[in-house]
Amino acid sequence: MPQDTSDLSVADLRTSASRRAWSAGARWAFALAALATVLVSALIIWTVASGAWTFISQVAWGNLTEIGWFPRRGLFDLSTLLVNSAQISIIAMLVAVPSGFGAAIYLSEYAHPKVRKVMKPTLELLASVPSVVLGVFAISFITPSILTNFFDDINFFNKLAAGIAVGLLVIPLIASIAEDALRAVPVALREASSGLGARKVTTSIRVVLPAAMSGLMAAIIVGFSRAIGETMVVTIASGGGDTSLFNLALTESGGTITSAMAALGLGTDQVAGNNLAFQSLYFLGALLFAITLVLNMLGDVIVRRLQNKY
Amino acid sequence: MSVLTTPAGIATGAADALRRRPGADVAGSAFKWLLIGATVFATGFLAVLLAVMIVDGWEVLSGNLWHFLTHGFSQRSAAEAGVWQGILGSLQVALVTGLFAVPTGVATAIYLVEYAQGSRFARIVELNIRNLAGVPSIVYGLLGLAVFVQTIDGFTKGKTVIAGGMTLAAMVLPIVVITSVEALKAVPDSLREAAYGVGATKWEVLSRQVLPAALSTILTGTVLALARALGEAAPLILVGAATGFMSFGDANVFETFTGPYTALPVLIFNFARQPGADWGVNAAAASVIILVLVLAVNGLAIYLRNRFEKQW
Repeated sequence: MPQDTSDLSVADLRTSASRRAWSAGARWAFALAALATVLVSALIIWTVASGAWTFISQVAWGNLTEIGWFPRRGLFDLSTLLVNSAQISIIAMLVAVPSGFGAAIYLSEYAHPKVRKVMKPTLELLASVPSVVLGVFAISFITPSILTNFFDDINFFNKLAAGIAVGLLVIPLIASIAEDALRAVPVALREASSGLGARKVTTSIRVVLPAAMSGLMAAIIVGFSRAIGETMVVTIASGGGDTSLFNLALTESGGTITSAMAALGLGTDQVAGNNLAFQSLYFLGALLFAITLVLNMLGDVIVRRLQNKY
Repeated sequence: MSVLTTPAGIATGAADALRRRPGADVAGSAFKWLLIGATVFATGFLAVLLAVMIVDGWEVLSGNLWHFLTHGFSQRSAAEAGVWQGILGSLQVALVTGLFAVPTGVATAIYLVEYAQGSRFARIVELNIRNLAGVPSIVYGLLGLAVFVQTIDGFTKGKTVIAGGMTLAAMVLPIVVITSVEALKAVPDSLREAAYGVGATKWEVLSRQVLPAALSTILTGTVLALARALGEAAPLILVGAATGFMSFGDANVFETFTGPYTALPVLIFNFARQPGADWGVNAAAASVIILVLVLAVNGLAIYLRNRFEKQW
């Protein structure tokens, strides 16, 4: 140690080599972990893209527009799966958007803080209900106890019940995003509206909702993306994952992109028949990945724009 | 003297004149009740769901619960079938998921918040995480099938708990990262600056001050992520969780990590696929079990978070 302060140099104030080494090592370990998350994305894209390419390069193009989805027989009609996915997701939105938005408006504009404090965690809890349970709910309650009262000849497995169950599943997601959007609207807008003599309902509908419109759109887009990607509810409640004839009737069964993937993954179609059946699994995965990625990025851009607005 | 002579009097009179009689605002109260109805529908279906499952599964839940919880899957009859293989498998998968997802996720969050905030690499990682969070779970199943089951089968031994756990780890990784990032961002800079001020290195600041301060929030996020993994079936079906009859043979607990396995949600899916009402009873009973399990874990995590939320 220097006796005299005039002997002190910058080097004397450095920490010991081992402490510095630890610090530098930790930095690299953390960076490596961050790199691993990028690797996961890269692997997903590589997996679905290479598998999908094998399928696209070998399939006869005419088989992509056929009477239905029969992978074992080499008939891969994409429109069947796309239409069923779209139908079920739209039904889900018809269920989830009104109640999700209603709950969001209530919690953000009307509810007493105490009520809000209980309801927000409850919604979070709902988001954790396993999708298989909702699938069982669809075939054991929604179809037999509700839908049979309205449709006489409804199939035990049907797209309507699947859509309703998927809708119940995405309510918490939609409510949560919508509530964030509504609460992002500055209080000053509400106060100005009330100051002009507007009733609460007028303020909510004419001022707050338009101001939060982009966020509400994002909630619908992200919810739709989640509904398209939902697998187990559809596989259990709508059936038809193995094979599916093109039909538009909501009271009939029908396979979607996801339920066809689950059926292929279960290996029922690997046993015999067309070799390409298994490869079509990756093709469907690539299709689903692309659709949801575009929707999610769109939703993300909209939410970001909203955040910058206020 | 008229009340309109003082400003306060004028204001009171004006307010009285403007105030509507209770009930006069029909549209307003109708709207409010509509919203309450929507909220009740959105949150109340959980109660309906539980009630329906309990009623449907009552036969098993009331008379046969112990048998149901302690027996393995049987193809022969619904009455013989049980879920213990599913419960064991789910816990094993969750364990492996946690082992892979938590260190990676928390470390990524630390890197993003403490080292690289605002850098180009950090922005790429953040964008990547947001996109991963929206990828449907079944696509993670494809990743698991192609990479964890087939490509690195030397490590995972094929269709095993390890491959299944790694697949779900990839799936919940974005959740762990996002919640950990928020936990770390909530730690005030004054804490870091005080530690630097007394000469601590960056690693010491992180390990002694920042991480302990953020730990409870990080743990909550982790538990929520694992609960999500506990209820997930779709990716596990693709990476080979057994959906039919399965036997451990005489394998011990460690060997079951590298042998055939199943998980509770996968078993429920299997029950639901079987024709016949008695299998439906099993599906409902198993649904009650998984609901209680997942809701208990989640409820505990949410309660703890709200209870121990730090106000800096």
